[in-house]
Amino acid sequence: MSETVFEPWNDPAEKPLIQFRNVTKSFGDFTAIDDLSIDIYEKEFFALLGPSGCGKTTMMRMLAGFEKVTSGTIMLDGQDISPIPPNKRSVNMMFQSYALFPHLTVYDNIAFGLKRDKLPKDQIDARVKEMLRLVQIEKFGQRKPEQISGGQRQRVALARALAKAPKLLLLDEPLSALDKKLRQDTQFELMDIQEKTGTTFVVVTHDQEEAMTVASRVAVMDHGKLKQVDTPDRIYEAPNSTYVADFIGDVNIIEGHATKQGETMAIGWAEGQPPIIGTPSKPMDDGKVSFAIRPEKVAISAERPTDRNNVVQGKVLDIAYLGNLSTYHVQLPNGVMIKAQAANSRRRASRPFTWDDEVWLSWTDTAGIILEN
Amino acid sequence: MNLRRFSLIAVPYFWLLGLFLVPFLIVFKISLSDIALSIPPYTPTLELSEGWAGFRDFLSQLDFENFEFLATDDLYWKSYLSSVQIAFISTFICLAIGFPIAYGMANAPKEWQPTLMLLVILPFWTSFLIRVYSLIGILSQEGMLNQFLMWIGLINEPLTILNTNIAVYIGIVYTYVPFMILPIYATLTKLDGSLLEAAEDLGCSRTEAFWRITIPLSKAGIIAGCFLVFIPALGEFVIPSLLGGSETLMIGKVLYEEFFANRDWPVAGAVAVILLLILIIPIVLYQRNEQRQLEAET
Repeated sequence: MSETVFEPWNDPAEKPLIQFRNVTKSFGDFTAIDDLSIDIYEKEFFALLGPSGCGKTTMMRMLAGFEKVTSGTIMLDGQDISPIPPNKRSVNMMFQSYALFPHLTVYDNIAFGLKRDKLPKDQIDARVKEMLRLVQIEKFGQRKPEQISGGQRQRVALARALAKAPKLLLLDEPLSALDKKLRQDTQFELMDIQEKTGTTFVVVTHDQEEAMTVASRVAVMDHGKLKQVDTPDRIYEAPNSTYVADFIGDVNIIEGHATKQGETMAIGWAEGQPPIIGTPSKPMDDGKVSFAIRPEKVAISAERPTDRNNVVQGKVLDIAYLGNLSTYHVQLPNGVMIKAQAANSRRRASRPFTWDDEVWLSWTDTAGIILEN
Repeated sequence: MNLRRFSLIAVPYFWLLGLFLVPFLIVFKISLSDIALSIPPYTPTLELSEGWAGFRDFLSQLDFENFEFLATDDLYWKSYLSSVQIAFISTFICLAIGFPIAYGMANAPKEWQPTLMLLVILPFWTSFLIRVYSLIGILSQEGMLNQFLMWIGLINEPLTILNTNIAVYIGIVYTYVPFMILPIYATLTKLDGSLLEAAEDLGCSRTEAFWRITIPLSKAGIIAGCFLVFIPALGEFVIPSLLGGSETLMIGKVLYEEFFANRDWPVAGAVAVILLLILIIPIVLYQRNEQRQLEAET
């Protein structure tokens, strides 16, 4: 027996915690959020992902109450929150710059929100100590923000935002100021803390790896619109547009004309080349399509493989050695470039392929995805 | 490397030594001397040609008589007290006017800020003396202020403002308010706006966020501004003598009269030394307090 999977978005009986209903936000002539509707559920770790200027920060600031919607409504727990000022919302935010109060100690920073609620002293003390323990900075309570490291500051900011036990925690690029190694460790801690506290997290990030790691669902945004909202694996393996496919991870995109062939489709993409055979994820008419395939799903070999339908020959133009993986940039005779990735599973001095080698690239019928144009 | 560092630090120290400490020691020496009808108008003077014995003789003639004299005549301590009071109240008014102006400037649109800054320092383009003289024209019985107030019907008879302490306050506040605005503005522009958002996010109202975040974080600017106003206001001489009346007691005026009217350099020197002590003691106390806070933190 497996545990029940956490998928409230697939359960019609579940009530969303946050609902955006046809929300539009404009700054003068510029439309930052364009008629956007979305449901976010309790206990979700929801990531808003997109390039800078896509409107993800605006969405977060509307949730926090720092920006007013131009039209549409935002509901929190079934209540329209637009008339509620930021200091009265059960929403807390962790700022990208952390925004720690420099004149207060770490302890007082975390106690700041609790003191505003006029809680009794011993309760505040207990809560602050609990928070310090949660983010593992008990030793630094009496220090000022400038006397601790960047990673510790990030923890203080998180503890301060969590101290009031908000229904919803907003995290604005929470890990962008940390170096890569620390960022990876902190990602897992963040997930741990989210699980422990049961708080709904909405994280804004431009780092797709971060979004994929931490989030239960990812919303890919562009120009104030949602491009796709789905679980990380579906976003990666079943993108619904070339934009999403291209934004998340590395991808080869081949344009062509698709014709049905029973279960599969044949994509004619170049003169004198056999068509690519792919399996559409949903019923599709014949027409112009983009065929997207991830580099790690393209196999590279010296001999022509016989067990696959899709085989092309090309010449290695570039090799990017990443340590665990190598990415080969292979040029086909008609000039098209295809990236293929192979794991460096064995230690050895010489690489299997080198520049200008003639190689065979191949993939199965279901390795790629066919996207309508 | 060390020589370079030393020479870098040495420049301001030599500056202070040459232009502050040495003149101060000269004034201090004069304050310990006696008045004399000579040039310079005090005795003793150090004769280097008489050697060591001459120097011992010179030292033995110095005494604290002038400081004792200051304590016996109540004109002096009353002047000090009144100066401190006027400087203190003026500083407070400057803060009350200057802070909102600085706050408004710091929150104004970015493209406006250089212009606003220029407006604050614009009065310095005219001589200080001319500005104080023109205040006489504004504040006098037939002056523009009285004419304006009578024209709008607020008063029937002209008010006596000139030659009172009110005129002195107006003059000091008008002259020194830019010194309050500029340091406060400098700290407020550095204030990170996300701190105020964070405070609001954690449950503060706008006003509460102002008192809990903006004020503590602009403390350095407020203190600097207060010192910049209080110190020159305390020793102010031109404004009380031009705008003040007979009731206006300020130590700067007393100092001027001792020096130029009575030609009593030793007493004037003693007045100046005490004035300096009044200024230095609070600054030293404040800095020691800051130091202790800093040490407590590390």
